[in-house]
Amino acid sequence: MNCIIIDDEKTARAIINRLCSTKEGLTVLNEFPNAIEAIKFLNQHQVDLIFLDIHMPSFNGFDFIQTLKNPPRIILTTSDPNFAIAAFEYECIVDYLIKPILPPRFEKAIRKATSSAIKQSTSGISDSQKSTIEDELYVNIDRRLIKIDMTSIYLIEAKGDYILIKTDNDNYIVHSTLKKVEEKLPPSLFLKVHRSYIINIKQIIDIEDNSVLIKKDVIPVSRSNKPELMRRLNLL
Amino acid sequence: MEHPNISYLQELSGGDIPFERKIIAILKEEFPEEKKVYYENFEGKNFKLAANSVHKLRHKINMLGLEKGYKTAEAFENNLRNDDITLSEEFDGILQNLTNYIERL
Repeated sequence: MNCIIIDDEKTARAIINRLCSTKEGLTVLNEFPNAIEAIKFLNQHQVDLIFLDIHMPSFNGFDFIQTLKNPPRIILTTSDPNFAIAAFEYECIVDYLIKPILPPRFEKAIRKATSSAIKQSTSGISDSQKSTIEDELYVNIDRRLIKIDMTSIYLIEAKGDYILIKTDNDNYIVHSTLKKVEEKLPPSLFLKVHRSYIINIKQIIDIEDNSVLIKKDVIPVSRSNKPELMRRLNLL
Repeated sequence: MEHPNISYLQELSGGDIPFERKIIAILKEEFPEEKKVYYENFEGKNFKLAANSVHKLRHKINMLGLEKGYKTAEAFENNLRNDDITLSEEFDGILQNLTNYIERL
């Protein structure tokens, strides 16, 4: 069984690496200080198990899991026991280790991972969400073309060389730019409100000063884009 | 006052001194950086970011055996998420305690 370690704390990575080295048949392929670098690696390598920290800056462990269409087995590592309930939402999560990780508890987690079958993610677009070709966007994730119903997209955020596509059901990290995806989106539905954000204007909840609320995300609106946003609204 | 220790590290190493030295070297490198980021966030009144810094430091507080310090840090992190700085002085004391200890390792 091979594995990778994702944790923004170097000490934690070194400790997990050490614990792995004591387990025969478990090979650490690589370790990453953030989820974005891990996604790049996962696009090119088959991984059986991920040790995943939950608390990481900008892109946390749960966001990361939602970007994986076929997640391998995952063992969460955290200093916070309060996320245990959330972890049960994901079939791919086989265990939940509280730091600092003790060797006997680590061994138990590995036994669970070894005996667990690879599960599919619980999340995904349901079959009932049929749409026409014009309403669909295909994105390349994990070497697979994933179909996204464009009407379900409520937010797209630029993240360096990647974009984060948030939909009603799932989040996707795609190697692309905001400019490229903007060209594929129906302009009647989507608007770039900031150099790092495109929003689905049908899903706006409210607008306050220079920000819009979409689902639970507060998105900044740049001064130059605000007039177009206001023009698109059916203002009373 | 609680005294930090490396019991956890010794349990993990099973007597492997080079491994212990490696982790101590990482601690010496990483702890001051995390502490600096915490104080920048705290003094800049970016309390949510300061809470994230405390969260990260909690692992080191716990792994160096400060059980009461860990509980204080946990409560302080929750306070910061509500823009409440209660326990900041206690947390300063924990960081200073760890700083003194890590410098001597």
